[in-house]
Amino acid sequence: MQFMLLFSRQGKLRLQKWYVPLSDKEKKKITRELVQTVLARKPKMCSFLEWRDLKVVYKRYASLYFCCAIENQDNELITLEIIHRYVELLDKYFGSVCELDIIFNFEKAYFILDEFLLGGEAQDTSKKNVLKAIEQADLLRSVPLHGVIQPVSYSAWCELASQHGVNQPVSYSAWCEPASQSVSMV
Amino acid sequence: MPAPIRLRELIRTIRTARTQAEEREMIQKECAAIRSSFREEDNTYRCRNVAKLLYMHMLGYPAHFGQLECLKLIASQKFTDKRIGYLGAMLLLDERQDVHLLMTNCIKNDLNHSTQYVQGLALCTLGCMGSSEMCRDLAGEVEKLLKTSNSYLRKKAALCAVHVIRKVPELMEMFLPATKNLLSEKNHGVLHTSVVLLTEMCERSPDMLLHFRKVWILVPQLVRILKNLIMSGYSPEHDVSGISDPFLQVRILRLLRILGRSDDDSSEAMNDILAQVATNTETSKNVGNAILYETVLTIMDIKSESGLRVLAINILGRFLLNNDKNIRYVALTSLLKTVQTDHNAVQRHRSTIVDCLKDLDVSIKRRAMELSFALVNGNNIRGMMKELLYFLDSCDPEFKADCASGVFLAAEKYAPSKRWHIDTIMRVLTTAGSYVRDDSVPNLIQLITNSVEMHAYTVQRLYKALLDDISQQPLVQVSSWCIGEYGDLLVSGQCEEEEPIQVTEDEVLDVLEGLLVSNLSTPVTRGYSLTAIMKLSTRFSSVNRIKKVVSIYGSSIDVELQQRAVEYNALFKKYDHMRPALLERMPIMEKTASNGPTEIVQTNGETEPSVPDTKHPPLVTQPANQANDLLDLLGGNDVVPVIQTTLPTKPASAGGELLDLLGDLSLSTIPPMTAYSKNGLKIEFTFERANPNPNIAVITIHATNTTEADMTEFVFQAAVPKTFQLQLLSPSSNIVPALNQGSVTQVIRVLNPQKQQLRMRVKLTYTHKGSPVQDLAEVNNFPPQSWQ
Repeated sequence: MQFMLLFSRQGKLRLQKWYVPLSDKEKKKITRELVQTVLARKPKMCSFLEWRDLKVVYKRYASLYFCCAIENQDNELITLEIIHRYVELLDKYFGSVCELDIIFNFEKAYFILDEFLLGGEAQDTSKKNVLKAIEQADLLRSVPLHGVIQPVSYSAWCELASQHGVNQPVSYSAWCEPASQSVSMV
Repeated sequence: MPAPIRLRELIRTIRTARTQAEEREMIQKECAAIRSSFREEDNTYRCRNVAKLLYMHMLGYPAHFGQLECLKLIASQKFTDKRIGYLGAMLLLDERQDVHLLMTNCIKNDLNHSTQYVQGLALCTLGCMGSSEMCRDLAGEVEKLLKTSNSYLRKKAALCAVHVIRKVPELMEMFLPATKNLLSEKNHGVLHTSVVLLTEMCERSPDMLLHFRKVWILVPQLVRILKNLIMSGYSPEHDVSGISDPFLQVRILRLLRILGRSDDDSSEAMNDILAQVATNTETSKNVGNAILYETVLTIMDIKSESGLRVLAINILGRFLLNNDKNIRYVALTSLLKTVQTDHNAVQRHRSTIVDCLKDLDVSIKRRAMELSFALVNGNNIRGMMKELLYFLDSCDPEFKADCASGVFLAAEKYAPSKRWHIDTIMRVLTTAGSYVRDDSVPNLIQLITNSVEMHAYTVQRLYKALLDDISQQPLVQVSSWCIGEYGDLLVSGQCEEEEPIQVTEDEVLDVLEGLLVSNLSTPVTRGYSLTAIMKLSTRFSSVNRIKKVVSIYGSSIDVELQQRAVEYNALFKKYDHMRPALLERMPIMEKTASNGPTEIVQTNGETEPSVPDTKHPPLVTQPANQANDLLDLLGGNDVVPVIQTTLPTKPASAGGELLDLLGDLSLSTIPPMTAYSKNGLKIEFTFERANPNPNIAVITIHATNTTEADMTEFVFQAAVPKTFQLQLLSPSSNIVPALNQGSVTQVIRVLNPQKQQLRMRVKLTYTHKGSPVQDLAEVNNFPPQSWQ
């Protein structure tokens, strides 16, 4: 894979991961052109298009477009599966992920991506392993607060909430609303 | 100093901005705050500030002043700092900035950190954006990690190694020992990344590939792993829609492809597993089809047995019928790759492919079009052409040029009859006339000229088309040319092929004059119609009308038209006795190589041009003189060359089509002659004019043998009088086979600057029935055109 872009239906960039060295100017140009091209595609068209000398695989999930540029010898159909796997990971982590989650927690979206892909290739084909690694890494940054370890992922929160008899929030972003007690490092 | 605002706070604030200007203002304010915070070397909130900077960077704002801060974060001992720092490095830094090298030491330390997640961060960053220098410095660390028993790190190290090899190929060797045991791991992550690493090594180094094939004997190992995946029961950890670890399966299949390519033994070793995967994989979901797709690619690329290949093509055929357009697309792409090697198998799916021409998706339509052209042959030409012409009618403009060219090419190769050919061309001209390539006009004119029996039919159809529509220039040009040539047939109502139409000379001239004045006509087209009108002066009786038109254009603003009109006027006034001869019907032209669209030809892999030797002469050498030649000719020489200067040419090279036409003409059709015929050996001479020098005659000798024994050691020698120069090129062979089963050809070039009568003395030596034969002969019967 050469790069992956996530963008909204209005063409706003939500995530960009580049696996090839390009200048900022070039990246901006490519992004602009590709976003335009993909947004111009009609719903009935197939998920692949030839763009410059690359193959582009894209798929829309709700309001977000996931777009990957792969090389000629790469398998387009399995790339669709890679995209789907990433969405599944985001979904599990954030609990019914939506675009807002990715906007407000973009750095976490990157962390998850970097735990799944390295240099453009999948590191681990097990969903469970990737999620476990992220959760473990997240724990390294948690801060004890009033004797309760502040959870950093939705699933961990849910578990903690049920232990303490507290209502679980509907989504991760809702939980991330600035509560006076939360001490986020970021 | 109040704490800098939190990231989420910033995001929320920026999102409330209603205009771009408002957003910019907020960003600038925050950037200023961040900058001063950086200046104060604030450690506590550096992480927060850099994170905010990264957000603003994603919105498109400059963030380079944060680069050094990222480095400081990486060097910090806090995990959260490192995480953001490395992320910032991957987003803001790249190998172009020297700053990135400062990371090297940090990464080195982190690669040896006690916490595996820190090591993971370092490996990830190195594997994502490490420069060659960094890779060189850190390759040793990566190699060490490749040998660790910690699978979390091992899998990352493998992918990091892939990146290192891509950046510094020479380092590949050092990873070899560590790679050896990777495939015996049980962990799927390690297996997957190891296969990627092995694939990269094989693709980069043929030696490595050989080593893996023969020394490590990888194929059986891979086959075993793949087999286990398929045969093993449900494994929840790696299951995707009922298939066990499709990602790993696909990568293994790809590696097998590389190992099996052009190697019989390897290919044989994987035959069974490929057949198994091809038949047992569930096809209801995309995952299964992804595996099948990779399998098909592998089968087609290795030396598989024919049964397996047919299986593969049938899978593709089934893909074509799949509801999922992605699958259809992938099938068409693959079929395009295999259509040359497995032509018959692909032909079986022709009707499905043709149906894809009606698909809504642009990429699918294009693929289907390319594939359709590849499948056209003598048997299916009529049916296929119907579909393709229908496609041409309805397709988007971006396709029309390629499709038109493809149709012409196919028609030229496989036309079942001349009439069909001309009808097809007419259809293309009328439906996609403005999209045909420029060179198709002279090609078509040549085709029409050479279909002598179709002249009346052609000119009638073209005339009718002109009445309908004069906007498509190629059509108009071809039509004017034909009307100029065959106008007499048009008015005489001689058509055999279809109902002849009633048209008068005046009506024809009305149409041609209409072209001259119309805004839709380009200057080139006007040139064509003026010339056509002129030609009709010898075919029609209304010469006065034509004279009037011609004289009007003698003062045309268009220089080209003016020149033509002036010359035609001269023809009327001073050289009227020459007019009939000059405006005579065009003779049959020699065929030049047809210029099909290179794109389509390349995609299909069709490389044969329809006529191997290009006899297309550059006419640029002739223009300036042509106009003068006309007058000189009429003034001086009493010999009127049969073909040359039938039409005055343009001095400039604008347009080009007409020049090309005349280029064809200047290839004289000198009749071949028998130079020698004795004792069963016959030698025939055929002629061409060499270009650009018209003083050189190119003679090709054809030697044939009617006796029952071969003539071996055949040598042809020739001598010419002193005023000539001779060049003999090498013969095709020195055996003239018996009973006319073949011939020896040899090319002779004769330079004849003084245009004297060509004579030649030939000496033949050969061995026939065991005994040597030698003969001398004089060749005097050269046709006059060969030396004039």
